[in-house]
Amino acid sequence: MSTGVQHRFGPYGGQYVPETLMPALTELEAAWVEAWADPGFRARLADLLHSYVGRPSPLYLAERISAEVGHPVYLKREDLNHTGAHKINNALGQTLLAQRMGKRRIIAETGAGQHGVATATACALLDLECVVYMGTEDIRRQLPNVQRMELLGARVEPVQAGARTLKEAVSAAIRDWVTNVGDTHYILGTAAGPAPYPAIVRDLQRIIGDEARAQILERTGRLPERVIACVGGGSNAIGIFTPFVEDAGVRLIGIEPAGEGIETGRHGAPLTVGGPGGVLHGSYSAIMQDEDGQILEAHSISAGLDYPGSGPEHAWLRDQGRATYRAITDREALDAFARVARLEGIIPALESAHALAWTMANRDSELDLVCLSGRGDKDLAEALDKLGHRSEHAG
Amino acid sequence: MSAIVTGSERIAEAFESARANGRRAALMPYLMAGYPDLERSRAIARAYVDGGADLIELGIPFSDPLADGPVIHAADVAALATGVRLDAALGIAREVAGEVPVVVMCYVNVILARGLERFADLLASVGASGLIVPDLPFEEAPAALEALDRRGLALVPLVAPTTPEERLAQIGERARGFLYTVSVTGTTGERGANAGLPEIVARARAHTDVPVAVGFGIGTPQQASAAAAAGADGVIVGTRLVRAAGDAADPATELRALVRAFAQALG
Repeated sequence: MSTGVQHRFGPYGGQYVPETLMPALTELEAAWVEAWADPGFRARLADLLHSYVGRPSPLYLAERISAEVGHPVYLKREDLNHTGAHKINNALGQTLLAQRMGKRRIIAETGAGQHGVATATACALLDLECVVYMGTEDIRRQLPNVQRMELLGARVEPVQAGARTLKEAVSAAIRDWVTNVGDTHYILGTAAGPAPYPAIVRDLQRIIGDEARAQILERTGRLPERVIACVGGGSNAIGIFTPFVEDAGVRLIGIEPAGEGIETGRHGAPLTVGGPGGVLHGSYSAIMQDEDGQILEAHSISAGLDYPGSGPEHAWLRDQGRATYRAITDREALDAFARVARLEGIIPALESAHALAWTMANRDSELDLVCLSGRGDKDLAEALDKLGHRSEHAG
Repeated sequence: MSAIVTGSERIAEAFESARANGRRAALMPYLMAGYPDLERSRAIARAYVDGGADLIELGIPFSDPLADGPVIHAADVAALATGVRLDAALGIAREVAGEVPVVVMCYVNVILARGLERFADLLASVGASGLIVPDLPFEEAPAALEALDRRGLALVPLVAPTTPEERLAQIGERARGFLYTVSVTGTTGERGANAGLPEIVARARAHTDVPVAVGFGIGTPQQASAAAAAGADGVIVGTRLVRAAGDAADPATELRALVRAFAQALG
């Protein structure tokens, strides 16, 4: 497609949405192509990413993790971004785009709350109305982020359906968009959904990998042997992978949530498990489904990874053998969460803790680059409860 | 009746005979297969025929029905909870397809999971006449259109108020059976009167040769009558009936009366 973005990644991707939304997707794609080619738009985004978000995010040599695994491990510190995760890269870019399109109302879904907080933040900055859909189970386990969104002026819409987590929040946001498409832009938070979203989110998140690739070359004089990132829908992973895809010697490894264990069925790892592809939330990709095509509920301690779908480009990277997908259980992620806090003085998001857990458990590498996609403050209550931790000063 | 009648022909005949029988628009009630349970949904299909339906839209339950509002979404979930899946759901088509054309409404993932060719075979084997896939815009539909055409089954497309003219033309020329004209910008569900109906129907009609049937937001006999007055060839009633199926102690009796009331409003 010469005038638009990539709709298909091999057999994956596409636009499986109600007809009502098709013109909006076409409009969005045209606006995005125009904006992305406009030096003024790019300069405005770059300026905000620098002066407001704090980019470039540092590349940090995690010395004590490195000593433990026996080779250098560099962390790309997306947790140090304003709002505490990589989500702001996408939210800010799409909010600027919405403003350019004349859409005054923004909707978003959120699981862990990081995308919701990032979107609420960008909407406060640009004075746009913001509604964030969030499952009530996620509201419970990520309460600090709910409070942040409300303080930022967003309205958090609780979603009661199904397992009351990210899948249902996306569905609720899509239904809102079907109804209010005229004045509303839907900021999808991950590299999934119907075209043009996977391409837009990838292009806005690849700054992670562009920076990290230059930083690690400068620091070490070589490319990493492995690039490792957690995958729910897969936006931080596609962001850090993309600039390395042409570097044939670099292994790209996405870490999905194994939840209570792949064998229990209570996980969120469709890329790892394999099986026939399917359509969830507008694109054809690796999904969790039964033999009749009913979507299964995902399970993960990490609200941001608790999703039965995946970005279509990840499914294609997997099928081509260019990226590998592995899974880490709730317990392994919790252990890494606690361990990294003690080793490095960094409390990682439970999402990112999946990538760290796999890195520390699989040591066959000379040089690793891990995307530390977010900070773990939001997870304290849930993680400490699950770890059985009691503060000496608690009442 | 000729020896071999295709599904598309049966749909066309149903619209024509409704008109010939003095009805201002064909009545197409929607049924969620397996809601409130399989037995009662079979009885509801029978009640639709007895109440005067010209065609029946048979919904296959799906876990994530993005085009549907809360009432039908909840019915999807409830039907799945009773264990009803595709084969049992389509069994309902088999029972009534001898009397009225059945158009199956199914989300794309259920079709892909079965495999397009096998799904199309299954539709043909139960006597269904057509298929509506609410999350399959025409860009993604060529393979399904070809598979259904080969079996004489109608792939019925949807158009929305947001669909621009040139796109309406592209959809209209590919339409089989009828053009499912979504009358509101939104998901399925009951709403107030829709003053935009005449323009919505006229816009659809200008771009297709098949009948124009209006759905989404038709919840009362008065609204059905207004759709007919707006020029619609057919009226689809969904949420109102699904809601009654969930509420009524004896859904079949209740729904027979309701469908009859809609039929009478259409003359």
